[in-house]
Amino acid sequence: MRDLTVHQIAMSSPGIGEAGRTGDWRSEFPVIIAEACLPVKSGRNTCQICWGHCPDNCITQGSPPTIDLTYCKGCGICVEVCPTDAIVMHPEAEYAAFERGAL
Amino acid sequence: MTTSVITGNDAAATAAKLARVQVIAAYPITPQSPVVEVLSDWVASGELPAEFVNVESEHSALTVCIAASTVGARVFTATSANGLAYMTEQVWWAAGARLPIVMCIANRAMAAPWNVLNDQQDSMSVRDAGWVQLYCRDNQEILDTTLQAYRIAERLNVPVMVCYDGFLLSHTVMPVDVPTPEQADLFLPPRTDPLQVVDPADPRNIGPVTLADPRADGAGVLRPGYMELRSLHHGALLDALEVIPEVDAEYAAVTGRAWGGLTWEYLLDDADVAVVAAGSLTTQLTLAVEALRAEGVRAGVLGIRSYRPFPVAAVRERLAGKRLAVVFDKALSYGVEGPIAGDLKAALQPLGGEAPVVFGCICGLGGRDVSPDDLAAATRRAVADLSGPRDRAPDWINLQPQGIPQPQGDPR
Amino acid sequence: MTKLLDLPQANYVLPGNRACAGCGIGIGLRQITAALDGKAVMAVPASCLTVFGGMYPTSSVAVPWVNVAFPSTAAAAAGLAAGLRAMGRADEMTVLAMAGDGGTGDIGIQALSGAAERNDDFIYLCYDNEAYMNTGTQRSGLTPHGARTTTTWAGKRENPKDLPRIMEAHGIPYVASTSAVYPTDVYDKVARARDMHRLRYIHMNTPCPSGWTFEPKDTVRIGELAVECGIVVLYEVVEGAFRLTGRSAALANRNKALTPVAEYVATQGRFRAMTEETTAEVQAWVDGRWAGYVARHAAGR
Repeated sequence: MRDLTVHQIAMSSPGIGEAGRTGDWRSEFPVIIAEACLPVKSGRNTCQICWGHCPDNCITQGSPPTIDLTYCKGCGICVEVCPTDAIVMHPEAEYAAFERGAL
Repeated sequence: MTTSVITGNDAAATAAKLARVQVIAAYPITPQSPVVEVLSDWVASGELPAEFVNVESEHSALTVCIAASTVGARVFTATSANGLAYMTEQVWWAAGARLPIVMCIANRAMAAPWNVLNDQQDSMSVRDAGWVQLYCRDNQEILDTTLQAYRIAERLNVPVMVCYDGFLLSHTVMPVDVPTPEQADLFLPPRTDPLQVVDPADPRNIGPVTLADPRADGAGVLRPGYMELRSLHHGALLDALEVIPEVDAEYAAVTGRAWGGLTWEYLLDDADVAVVAAGSLTTQLTLAVEALRAEGVRAGVLGIRSYRPFPVAAVRERLAGKRLAVVFDKALSYGVEGPIAGDLKAALQPLGGEAPVVFGCICGLGGRDVSPDDLAAATRRAVADLSGPRDRAPDWINLQPQGIPQPQGDPR
Repeated sequence: MTKLLDLPQANYVLPGNRACAGCGIGIGLRQITAALDGKAVMAVPASCLTVFGGMYPTSSVAVPWVNVAFPSTAAAAAGLAAGLRAMGRADEMTVLAMAGDGGTGDIGIQALSGAAERNDDFIYLCYDNEAYMNTGTQRSGLTPHGARTTTTWAGKRENPKDLPRIMEAHGIPYVASTSAVYPTDVYDKVARARDMHRLRYIHMNTPCPSGWTFEPKDTVRIGELAVECGIVVLYEVVEGAFRLTGRSAALANRNKALTPVAEYVATQGRFRAMTEETTAEVQAWVDGRWAGYVARHAAGR
């Protein structure tokens, strides 16, 4: 008889990064400008609209909120929903290790 | 133990009740419908404390069973022919998901054209899906095998199909010894240790997308790919070759009745001509061999109880050295031959010179009557054909002669 | 109505998943799982949502989840509910069927109708991205009139099925229409459904940048525009009592004019070949529907 403690069926467990470093998908990344962020400006626990609308749960609430750039796919929704335009996208190439001409 | 005179359908339903099934979902189809009606009645009266889900199709019937079985419940369903065809996607699902579901099949011919009468084409058509398939010769065996099926299924985590001939058994009354609930409970304890985990404290994703190759999990442990999982599944079907006889013996210890495990036989020891079939036909074959013996033909019956897994070692051991095996199939793999005949030939081939000649017959399609006389006559024809080539086209029994010949074009 | 800041921060949808950037499902799924506090078992058929389940052996959603065959979602949920009751575990978790528009309104509608007729005890949530997206954007019965898909290159001829209305006709206790881009609306409706019994149906419009052809950053904006145009209407029907919710209620209560459909059509590549005639047909269809919803809202039925 077979050893039935061997996994007989496919049954996954949850884990972050199932698709790998999805931050590698993007060509631009979001930066929160703290001075423009409503919780920072008002000194109150408020807004967090970016947190509420991130499809990938990559934003943690805070003053200002923080974005997990390992997994952020760069969709840009946070930029669009921010009521004070406190988030801007920067091109990934800005911090690239290589100059384009050298490739 | 009480003796009741009941139909095959009643026997199947009684076994489900004795097994203390917890969830039933079934859709009516001739000739299975009385199983659904009887169980529904018992649930309504409280005689069977189970959930009965009035599903809107056979696909949903097996789906409900799959889902309920996933959370650990003991389940039951039954169907026939086009109902089985409709749920075939889920037949594959239940097996690959390794769920210990028991399903009774009241064997019936497949449409088109419509035919509600018996043959075995329906269950034969899903023999590859990875269920255990057991065939019953009478109503007593239906009850006993359906109860045994739960033990087999739960020991292996493989679903089990219990097949019995529509109308010939499903609607025919026979005396059946019904085990007491105490005997049933002794033989079949409650289900424990499902493979599947459904628990918010340990959230698992069951039956996800798999890849071709093994893939490491979060802890770096390599987990199987699809092919490995299928290999484990096949291994479980091979384990059934041991488990089916074991469970038959355990059942005998409680009730005094055993059914031969994988195969059974009648007058086979000194026979040089074996007649082989599955289901109620085998009972008629016992009468046919008695008639043949009386005229000097040393014939014997080899009954196939477990069709999947196919009892390769048993058939080699019982048929080695015999002159001829005549196989009676109530089904056909169109374009070649009957399923049992094909499997038997493959199983015996390595015996070389010790293997009997195997001649197949096609009988009983769409409820065409087959009598012991027909079976004996077909066996005589097969014996006569021994003077010819070692293989021949299947012999279609009882085709009406009005200008309709046996199929032409088989090169054998 | 729960405020955004009061939404739970407990997180069941894990980053680094395989969904497209900007996927509307992700925004909605976060609130669905939060409203159930992870105490659920999900029945999920072949669909974009399956992608969130990841590839074996790792999943991206920390909620018990059973993958099921495409036509079978509602029957699977019925089976989970029956099985949990039989095992004495019905109190441990809500059964949640979650399927796309195809798996709900096309291939899955038979099982769903059966479950609704039986009034089985689970929540059924349809995330409607208006086509068979997981297989590459083929049309479904819920694709809008005029939309281009890989099987309606000249634009779909027909209007979409009204699934919530079909579900209402089954007499179930709760039917709701929401949109993935309104997290608080999604949360409140799932929370209300969670506290009810028998069959609860929620229809969640879900913008899809990949299939509707727009920039991922615009998912929320386009979802909100659909509501401004009256194309997507936020409402719920509780034991037969009808009310609009959220922005749809505000539009009706303040008797505001809807934004013209043409503005919505202009935002998405799938409507690129839309003629003025087709746009006018859609506008007339939207206007007729909206008038009906406003009347129901006023009547409370």
